[in-house]
Amino acid sequence: MSTPSLPVPPTAADSRRIVVVNGGTSDPSSSRMLAGRIAQKTSDRLREQGIDATTAVIELGPLAGEIAHAIVSGYPQEELLTAIESLAAADGVIVATPVYKAGISGLFKSFVDILDNDLLIAKPVVLSATAGTARHALVVDDQLRPLFAFMRALPTPTSVFAAPEDWADPGFAGRIDRAAAELAALVASDVGAAITGKVWGRYQHSFGGTVRPDTDSDVIDFDTDLMRLATGGAAAR
Amino acid sequence: MQFGIFSVSDITQDPTTGRTPSEAERIDAAVQIAVKAEEVGLDVFAIGEHHNPPFFSSSPTTLLAHIAALTRRIILSTSVTLITTNDPVRIAEEYAMAQHLAKGRLDLTLGRGNTVPVYPWFGQDIRQGLPLALENYNLLHRLWREDVVDWEGKFRSALQGFTSTPRPLDDVPPFVWHGSIRTPEIAEQAAFYGNGFFANNLFAPNGHFAPLVNLYRQRFAHYGHGTPEQAIVGLGGQAFIAHRSQDAFKTFRPYFDKGPVYDHSVPLERWAEASPLSVGSPQQVIDKTMTFRDTFGDYQRQLWLVDHSGLPLKEVLNQLDLLGGEVVPVLRKEMAARRSPGAAEAPTHAGLVKAKYGDAEPRQPRPNANRGDNVTGTSPYQDSDPAKAAVYPVLR
Repeated sequence: MSTPSLPVPPTAADSRRIVVVNGGTSDPSSSRMLAGRIAQKTSDRLREQGIDATTAVIELGPLAGEIAHAIVSGYPQEELLTAIESLAAADGVIVATPVYKAGISGLFKSFVDILDNDLLIAKPVVLSATAGTARHALVVDDQLRPLFAFMRALPTPTSVFAAPEDWADPGFAGRIDRAAAELAALVASDVGAAITGKVWGRYQHSFGGTVRPDTDSDVIDFDTDLMRLATGGAAAR
Repeated sequence: MQFGIFSVSDITQDPTTGRTPSEAERIDAAVQIAVKAEEVGLDVFAIGEHHNPPFFSSSPTTLLAHIAALTRRIILSTSVTLITTNDPVRIAEEYAMAQHLAKGRLDLTLGRGNTVPVYPWFGQDIRQGLPLALENYNLLHRLWREDVVDWEGKFRSALQGFTSTPRPLDDVPPFVWHGSIRTPEIAEQAAFYGNGFFANNLFAPNGHFAPLVNLYRQRFAHYGHGTPEQAIVGLGGQAFIAHRSQDAFKTFRPYFDKGPVYDHSVPLERWAEASPLSVGSPQQVIDKTMTFRDTFGDYQRQLWLVDHSGLPLKEVLNQLDLLGGEVVPVLRKEMAARRSPGAAEAPTHAGLVKAKYGDAEPRQPRPNANRGDNVTGTSPYQDSDPAKAAVYPVLR
């Protein structure tokens, strides 16, 4: 059978899009600073390999109202929709959330809650969080990592956590660099496109989703049990 | 093009008076609304199907048959008939019967239903809702087209030598619309059979259902039923009308504010702007409805929801006066003026009879004699295909 593959948006071969999702809402936001440093390092690493990187930032704070509406109505609109579309088109993602009440920010989780289940499939992601105390250090791996496993993203082996004292720790820059190097390697390899290009049709998708807005019949998989049943065939037993 | 109203049959407290109509009052109101719809010149009245309070319409064909007896012209339909929890054999029988009594003024829209407990109440499982809907329609389709059906599926006991009675009026099945808001398989099934596709066009952003309608159009053409623009599309919508726009908002607001189906974090004005909900003057409702055509292409049926969220009967009848008197006549002209010559006609029984028989007389099945055990032997009707004999199940 032919498995419909995800149409790859045209990008110059030596150019990649990095998108930062920042759940921090203060100004300046330490989450934003952390994500910014990872993004800068990622761009540097990519450039060393002769690859240009553009970085866009999705600030969740100004979208908070729209995110809440979308949770209730089920339909993201306007600027939120634009943000989700840019995330869908990203080659690599850096997420950053503050830790509130021993967990990731509710705003950040709400944003992820409204994404299509297939939006981040095989997308390289750096997971990062900031907190007021080092006692929250495991929030990233305890909460963000399972969340992005559900989304079937590709989190880098290194996640980055920053408590206040980390900003003065020389080892901190090393962790940022390590995560950035991992992300750059994954992004440069186009591993996400290699995966979705082969087996995109094997994942579950909802019709009219953001990743595949082109709902023409030439990209829909008609070779399924349900489609055969729709056209007079027998139900799968 | 056909214009009409559809109802979900909710019985809801009027937020302006605190009064909740009784089931008896609401059922009586539904009949009056349908009769009024015909009086004001609308073409279609459709009623939903629910099996739990606060809804009354558990038995659409009973209501529609009654309305058929009180009306002469209006087409009666459903919004929707549950193709999941109903036995397709009973759908075949009940709707064929109602079609006879309505002299062909009956069609139906099939939907899955999203009320989880209803499925187990009828011995089904909502997690199987989609394959159940697809398989059940495959059977229904045959029951209305073949005198003798042998059938075996996953969800229902097998049939051997089964004849659904009565045969559809003039041996032409009621027209079927497949309703869906997100499921490409339903659009595919509608396209495969050359049936209609209905998008309720409610509670979602403007144009949200266009990809599904477009998919249906493409696949309709793919299966050789005509061009994409000849596909048969129905759309819902919702309207609250007053002569002055501000009065429409003022009167409708308490019903919107209490209505359980709206996202109340979004103000009414925003809903009316960003979704297919029309609130305003007749001209505003006309303008909004014309945008549906821009978005979905020429379509065959427009239904509005007008009797929900506790709106009292008097107000609903007033809405019908405005809809039938000021909105629909203009829409008929405007839609016709823009209509592509290739667009399909709206489906009617007369049109389907003509398509099947041309100028010849329609088939009128006459059963063979009862052989003594309440069946007719191997051939149910005098003109049944002798090559397709009924073979009844053997008791062992």
